[in-house]
Amino acid sequence: MKNNSLVSIYDYSKEELLELLDDARHFEENPNQDLLAGKVVATLFFEPSTRTRLSFETAINRLGGRVIGFSDAATSSSSKGETLHDTIMMVSNYADLIIMRHYLEGAARYASEFSPVPIVNAGDGANQHPSQTMLDLYSIYKTQGTLDNLTITMVGDLKYGRTVHSLLMAMYYFKPRFNFVACKELQMPVEYKIFCDKHGIEYHEYTDFSEEVINETDILYMTRVQRERFTDLMEYERVKNLYTLRNSMLAGSKDNLRILHPLPRVNEIAYDVDSNPKAYYFKQAQNGLYARQAIICKVLGIKVNR
Amino acid sequence: MTKIKKEELAVAALENGTVIDHIPTQSLFKVVNLLGIKDLTSSVTIGFNLDSKKCGKKGIIKVADVFFPEKTLNRIAIVAPNAKINVIRGYEVVDKHTVTLPDDIVGIVRCGNPKCITNNEPVDTHFHVVERGDNVVLKCHYCERSFKDDEIEII
Ligand SMILES: [Zn+2]
Repeated sequence: MKNNSLVSIYDYSKEELLELLDDARHFEENPNQDLLAGKVVATLFFEPSTRTRLSFETAINRLGGRVIGFSDAATSSSSKGETLHDTIMMVSNYADLIIMRHYLEGAARYASEFSPVPIVNAGDGANQHPSQTMLDLYSIYKTQGTLDNLTITMVGDLKYGRTVHSLLMAMYYFKPRFNFVACKELQMPVEYKIFCDKHGIEYHEYTDFSEEVINETDILYMTRVQRERFTDLMEYERVKNLYTLRNSMLAGSKDNLRILHPLPRVNEIAYDVDSNPKAYYFKQAQNGLYARQAIICKVLGIKVNR
Repeated sequence: MTKIKKEELAVAALENGTVIDHIPTQSLFKVVNLLGIKDLTSSVTIGFNLDSKKCGKKGIIKVADVFFPEKTLNRIAIVAPNAKINVIRGYEVVDKHTVTLPDDIVGIVRCGNPKCITNNEPVDTHFHVVERGDNVVLKCHYCERSFKDDEIEII
């Protein structure tokens, strides 16, 4: 079924992304608007994610809509063996929009093909999480005043980190330059390097997290290095502290540098960075609210009055 | 139009029908399944491990009185990319061509990702062909993972 669902950030053109950023800025200036009056939105979390669910539900509430749904699969009918297909069909009788998170990859794409109401993907396993990418783009846009010609340094787990993959691909409209900083086991997968080559995007790979790289960076995108990603635990013990950002490393960085992180962090950003004005990760999470308000209005075809 | 040469009569001559030649021997039975041969009522001759000048051992399938739609024949391109189709009428080859890999492959290939929705709900698999030629790469429409041809499993 053809509708306005948002499954992957690549479903949107450059113009649509820019329009969404504009809408997000509008919601930041004025978050409480009755644009969803009379609408019911379902948040179906087949896999728990409190952070993402609260952000979406706040967005709906601030737009004056009502929320139904469940926060984990144990309380949903899928625990009784109901298929995703049947759950979506049942809920679409009640809601004008379905926001879903699922542990299976491709679940949202599949749902968008038969659902009578639009679907917003709030994460499908390790695959896509477009509202996270949208809030990353908005955070970059807001802090740099542009998305064009920026140097973005990605640090940590570049192999499994879906947020860095989606951000990389969404940035291709804007002529970025990338630095990939990771240990051997967690390097950027070949397919994304091929993507960069194909689109003439400049990138450099480093195993050292050096001040030299930080000093040429506009956006420093930190990610979690998780123990369970390693086949060799000796390697984990060796690298776990090599990709930690400390405040002292920022001494020579550019004034416009901002530090992003999808949160939650473990030890990849030292606490002494938090008080540095270049630390942006908590504000970044707040931007998620505005980005999600913009997304909800777009998929429902609601014009945002600017 | 040319008469079939003697050396091409590897199994048995056909008055009318379709000959699928140059099937890699390890793919022969997959091709048999993909074309739905076992549901046919006309006579079918299957040659297995035949000598081939081009590729060592090959398979060949001769189906009497059946002219497959192009779309059906192209289903086998994923396992037999060099297969030759000979359309035969009145003992003569009236058309000879190769198969073409379609842009989209629906319901033929299993997704190698156990966490893919297609391995967990009754939904047809769907792949996009992202690289062609000697190193075919397929991308799952649902989980968006890419697979090289040696990782591809036929349903
Ligand atoms: Zn898949």
